[in-house]
Amino acid sequence: MTFSRRQTLLLALGASAAAVLPFRASAAVEDAIAEFTGGATPGEGGITLTAPEIAENGNTVPIEVSAPGAAAIALFAAGNPTPGVATFNFGPLAGAHMASTRIRLAGTQDIVAVARMADGSFVQARQEVKVTIGGCGG
Amino acid sequence: MISRRDFLQASMAASAIVGASGFGQWGRLAAQQALTQDDLLNFDTFGNVSLIHITDIHAQLKPIWFREPEVNLGVGDNNGAVPHVTGADFRRLYGIEDGSPSHYALTYNDFSALARTYGKMGGMDRVATIVNAIRADRPDALLLDGGDTWHGSYTCHHTEGQDVVNVMNALKPDAMTFHWEFTLGQDRVRELVGDLPFAALGQNIFDAEWDEPSEDFAPYTFFDRGGARIAVIGQAFPYMPIANPGWMFPDYSFGVRDGRMQEMVDEVRAQGADLVVCLSHNGFDVDKQMASRVTGIDVILTGHTHDALPEPVLVGETILIASGSNGKFVSRVDLDVRDGRMMGFRHKLIPVFSDVIAPDPEIAALIDEQRAPFQAELEEVLGTTDSLLYRRGNFNGSWDDLICDALITQREADIAMSPGVRWGPSLLPGDPITREDVWNVTSMSYGQAYRTEMTGEFIKVVLEDVGDNLFNPDPYYQQGGDMVRIGGMGYRIDISKPQGERISDMTLLSTGAPIDPTRTYVVAGWASVNQGTEGPMIWDVVEDHIRQLGTVVVDPNTSVEVVGA
Repeated sequence: MTFSRRQTLLLALGASAAAVLPFRASAAVEDAIAEFTGGATPGEGGITLTAPEIAENGNTVPIEVSAPGAAAIALFAAGNPTPGVATFNFGPLAGAHMASTRIRLAGTQDIVAVARMADGSFVQARQEVKVTIGGCGG
Repeated sequence: MISRRDFLQASMAASAIVGASGFGQWGRLAAQQALTQDDLLNFDTFGNVSLIHITDIHAQLKPIWFREPEVNLGVGDNNGAVPHVTGADFRRLYGIEDGSPSHYALTYNDFSALARTYGKMGGMDRVATIVNAIRADRPDALLLDGGDTWHGSYTCHHTEGQDVVNVMNALKPDAMTFHWEFTLGQDRVRELVGDLPFAALGQNIFDAEWDEPSEDFAPYTFFDRGGARIAVIGQAFPYMPIANPGWMFPDYSFGVRDGRMQEMVDEVRAQGADLVVCLSHNGFDVDKQMASRVTGIDVILTGHTHDALPEPVLVGETILIASGSNGKFVSRVDLDVRDGRMMGFRHKLIPVFSDVIAPDPEIAALIDEQRAPFQAELEEVLGTTDSLLYRRGNFNGSWDDLICDALITQREADIAMSPGVRWGPSLLPGDPITREDVWNVTSMSYGQAYRTEMTGEFIKVVLEDVGDNLFNPDPYYQQGGDMVRIGGMGYRIDISKPQGERISDMTLLSTGAPIDPTRTYVVAGWASVNQGTEGPMIWDVVEDHIRQLGTVVVDPNTSVEVVGA
């Protein structure tokens, strides 16, 4: 029997996602955030990011973000080769300022959500999502 | 951890909560070494509500030996806090006399000698006697099962959980939550859960496709007891598809989901709950963190990490109860619930000394009925052990060393890997090793023993990854198992370092040479969560090995150097 690297990884103890070591945030994500905020430093609070602590499947990780009163919310995967995931725009008649999607993560990394509020200010939330080959529980 | 004195003071300071543990009295009796069933069951009934908690039975219907951990390291805020206290430190913390029954039941030292003095523990027929005695005091006591019930034995494997379900149903639980049950496969889980005469709970069990709460499991259920309205909220093991094969239950998604837990607490309070109980399979440290973030839970009945604590741990106004594993203990928690809140509690961790507590004849007969079709296979003796065989602990146990040795020898490998699970009873020096004993430490629905090649670099990646699942300072990133057990290779681990920097000094034991990151090594292991894994079943590999050895001798394993604790 021969195994590819990926199969071997899954065999070892395994799980569904291939990458293991944390993917360090690249300068690319800071650039992408700066582009969205026009260089302004985002504040904290008023934005809720919901993501799993440990991804069940790194290929499809459910992410939800909510920022009441936001005009737009941008989502970034700090460790992905292309950090920008999506920008959700909310019109004046939007009933709820929230969005959910599924994203693919190259490995353990921070997810960053930045909201542009109606007054032009920015807030952000950040959470680490671990992508692991797994272990065995009790 | 707060001491008993601090704990009582903390309770007074909270003013609404006054509590007492039944442990002190038991400790005195223990000193006299005169255990009787009446002493073990003695409990001054308190308040108006009683909870009975059992968890992590792992299909152990009969009494067993079970050695508690020698090494159980906590990281971050949990460094040195219970349950990360073992041996003599544990006995000092709780005022347990050396050589006493509680020493034997709760700590690892002198295990073989004390085991011969005090006998096996557990047995669901003894548990039934305890449950019946509590129900005699309080007929409407709630019996709550924390899960990891339908997994872990020869008969459980061959009946796909039916033997345990039949016995547990006769004990008449009121609710249950889940972990290893899902490794029976989602169709079998749905079949068994559909027929349960009690509530199957899990607020964090979601439909994987729609990411919405599963319709197969209720988040909570209500009970009216002693004039109080009690909500029991279920919390299944959060990391099911990561720690176990997700392909066996693809319709379901899990996670801690403490935001939804808060919503559920608020919802049941709005519906008039006087008492909120969380029946959890999170693991102790995850429950502690959840208790600090979710407000309004009165009692968390913890599970998964197999800790047995003789007193509750208080987090804010929430009490955490840890009831051990493998049927060794039953927790009784009496509560005074009045005016919509918990006013006080009394708790006792009841040790199930199988020679002291009489088996319930009805349940004993029912257990024997489940085992009868398999009796000849169960009892077949494969060899004898000269060494104490145990598993529980953060690093290698002697059972794991034997399994790794079997993998290296029988599968002609350089290095062996065995999963860091916490289940599996012990055997004493001189004990025969039966097929049942081997299955007790290996049985699972994905027991194929693989054989493959890995580079030295990749082996390090595996160790770093599993190490972070155990020693990440944030409990929500821990999966609650122990370190992967390694045969044929030594290493050094600094548990205080981040992922990628914990593991060093990897050495191939057969040659004493450092592991070469670029070289390829033959690795044998088992319990891969990957679909389509090929190889013989691990219990057959171990059985062949024991038969060849005849008498098993496991030398002390000093191949893992642990620092940073």
